[in-house]
Amino acid sequence: MAKVLMKGNEAIAVAALKGGVDAFFGYPITPQNEIPEYLSKHLLAAGKVFVQAESEVAAINMVYGAAGAGARVMTSSSSPGIALKQEGISYIAGAELPCVIVSVMRGGPGLGGIQPSQADYYQATRGGGNGDYQLIVYAPETIQETIDIMKESFDIADYYRNPVLVLVDGLIGQMMETVDFEKPVKKRFIPAKDYATTGTANHPGRNIVNSLFLDPVELEQHNLQLQKKYQQIKNNETKYEMINMENPEYVIVAYGTMSRICRSAIESLKEEGIEVGMIRPISLWPYPKAAFNEIPSGVKGILCAEMSMGQMLDDVMISDKGRHEIGFYGRVGGMVPEPEEIVDAIKNFKDKVVK
Amino acid sequence: MFDHVNIKVAGFGGQGVMMFGQLIAYSAAYEELFGLWFPSYGPETRGGTANCSVIVSKKQINSPVFQSANHLIAFNLPSLQKFHDKMKDGGLILYNSSLIKDQVTSDKAICIGIPINDIATDLGSIQVSNIVMMGAYLELTNLFVESTIEKVLIKYLGEKKAHMLDINMEALRKGREYVLEAGVTYA
Repeated sequence: MAKVLMKGNEAIAVAALKGGVDAFFGYPITPQNEIPEYLSKHLLAAGKVFVQAESEVAAINMVYGAAGAGARVMTSSSSPGIALKQEGISYIAGAELPCVIVSVMRGGPGLGGIQPSQADYYQATRGGGNGDYQLIVYAPETIQETIDIMKESFDIADYYRNPVLVLVDGLIGQMMETVDFEKPVKKRFIPAKDYATTGTANHPGRNIVNSLFLDPVELEQHNLQLQKKYQQIKNNETKYEMINMENPEYVIVAYGTMSRICRSAIESLKEEGIEVGMIRPISLWPYPKAAFNEIPSGVKGILCAEMSMGQMLDDVMISDKGRHEIGFYGRVGGMVPEPEEIVDAIKNFKDKVVK
Repeated sequence: MFDHVNIKVAGFGGQGVMMFGQLIAYSAAYEELFGLWFPSYGPETRGGTANCSVIVSKKQINSPVFQSANHLIAFNLPSLQKFHDKMKDGGLILYNSSLIKDQVTSDKAICIGIPINDIATDLGSIQVSNIVMMGAYLELTNLFVESTIEKVLIKYLGEKKAHMLDINMEALRKGREYVLEAGVTYA
């Protein structure tokens, strides 16, 4: 093991190179600029493709095109920029093409601010594009986990021919942490890209990449096929971690930076004799609903903690099916809570219950 | 020895506050420990003060943010005032006594002043005042093996700033010497 200290955004770029990225298309926005900055140098040096497009809309459509031609392709942006990309994302999902999208969340709505946030949970898991489509969404909590997930994301996208969204907050992007790039990732079988528009030399006829199906029968069949794929993803790619779940009084649900803050709160509460467990979703879609069935009996309530006004809260309520009282604690606007705030929220759980 | 330290480094922009924090985090990586650094880049940076948080730990670091620090490195008076009360028991406040003339006290921490501007100016470059502070800090805390910071500095300065290496090494030594000569200690 060889540890290096690296900024989150740079680590994402290095991991993308290790994941075999062929092309990057993007448009600058804080707090993710170190990703394109790093790739602009290193992708070109490796004889690969880097384009700073004229806008986010152009960038995501370049991703669409390059993915259609069979390349391993990615883009990155932050909240308002990801909003602009939604149309293209829906087209890519509709055309069943693989790509990796990195979203480094900042405070919203609108231009909002440039400090860390988790207020794009809905944007990531519900999307702003049209139609019945899903992105595979991963929300790592450390820079190390971000690297591991980035390296694997290109394989997952290729395997399912579906966009993968890696969702981190601005703190993960901007902080530096000791990491190890040599941690091995799961090897997957990747089928040949026989859909790619690479000319007719190796196959008869033309490949056409499209998300347009004017015949309703055909479009319904296409949607049913997509749903079959999404079910397969739900079965195989749901990721989560259970922490301190032996005999907890309360259970916290948190992801990303917030789950790390909650880990510290759980340690402090343990010292005071209060046992608190945590469900940490790593995949936000598919959401780890089954984890809620593993909550032991005797739990007094579930606290959902987010750097938003309560977005994942919906999935917590859906997954818990009314079995527990559910409380919420959130900070927004770039305010990152300290562990002591979570400790207080658990101690005053009754005040946090969502009516 | 330590298992986990929260370090707050604060001062004016240009005093080498961010570099100080990063050198500690790079040293953690060099010694295969867990290290984390993040800059305050929020609205609180307005008004001329810069600060960063550093965590060095023997185990996986949980929360990247903390309410109270084990060690505060204050390069100027506004920074000292801002973070003075946010200390853990048994902490260390290391401050720039070239700019903070009054004796600093705390119920929770040992307070030690180092005249880093004066020492650095005597060396011929005010720029290395942060490295004087680093020498003093590492002498007091023994956070890392003595040679680690030298190796990290060589890498940090790189070929471009290799001509700055000698004066930086001298600054480190002067910081260590000041602590030894003053006879101050921090267990």
